[in-house]
Amino acid sequence: MKFAVLVFPGSNCDLDMYHAVKDQLGEEVEYVSHKETSLAGFDALLIPGGASYGNYLRPGALAAHSNIIPALKEFVAQGKPVLGVSNGFQILTEAGILPGTLLRNKGINFICRTVQLKVENNNTLFTNEYEAEEIISIPIAHEDGNYYCDEETLAKLKENNQIVFTYSGNNPDGSLANIAGIVNERGNVLGMMPYPERAVEQIIGGTDGLKLFKSIVKQWREQHVNK
Amino acid sequence: MKKVKIYVTLKESIIEPQGTAASNTLKQIGYEEVQSLRVGKYLELTIADTNRDIDTIVKEACEKVLVNTIMENYRYEVEEA
Repeated sequence: MKFAVLVFPGSNCDLDMYHAVKDQLGEEVEYVSHKETSLAGFDALLIPGGASYGNYLRPGALAAHSNIIPALKEFVAQGKPVLGVSNGFQILTEAGILPGTLLRNKGINFICRTVQLKVENNNTLFTNEYEAEEIISIPIAHEDGNYYCDEETLAKLKENNQIVFTYSGNNPDGSLANIAGIVNERGNVLGMMPYPERAVEQIIGGTDGLKLFKSIVKQWREQHVNK
Repeated sequence: MKKVKIYVTLKESIIEPQGTAASNTLKQIGYEEVQSLRVGKYLELTIADTNRDIDTIVKEACEKVLVNTIMENYRYEVEEA
């Protein structure tokens, strides 16, 4: 399975994503510049964090108009897995691929710490390795992670089981309905504020993020290798 | 040439923490009359002479890039530059 890691000016978690896939999963991975116009040959796409680009206006606002975005939308339409983390999540909402938006944290401050998440939906290609309602520890590091959408959108998210992760116990950024991560209606695009790629080996504090990457590979293998 | 002054504010329904923090400080230093404060953005666009409709250009620029209409409202004024 071959992963692409998108790189925007200011991306700073691209190396972590690359490391998670190459060294922890043992799968193929390549960096793809935001200036490229094709994602041909890739099976999954990772959009890393790195809030410096586009935050002049709003997080993700400028990145959502990069050269690569039409190819990204086509990739999504093909049903292939796309994971956007932190700034990657913000880019996906700004590009209209995921509903809602991310507001400034309720307490204004940048927050960097490990939080508890509840797996609300373990029936997605990103979460099939987790137990239902499993509580996991994943780090966050963001200033604009307060998920917001209108009531109608929230009702739809709930109805379609699109809320995949919620904050458990303490809601650090004030997100609506404690939302930490959502998928699109089809279920092949996940946007989340916490960083699973920072929890893929014990030496960096835990491995709860690794199951997310393993879930993607498992689903892909079931679809492609056994045929 | 036209100068367009664009004012972007968070929707009323959304809590604006920076404004809340700043208005608390105003009250603390003696401006008890201050009810609330909302921080927004001011943008200036300069547009060259064109046959295209200015309102269309400004609205498109705002709704495609400059403003996120899920969370923000905007208004603008067009002046001769």
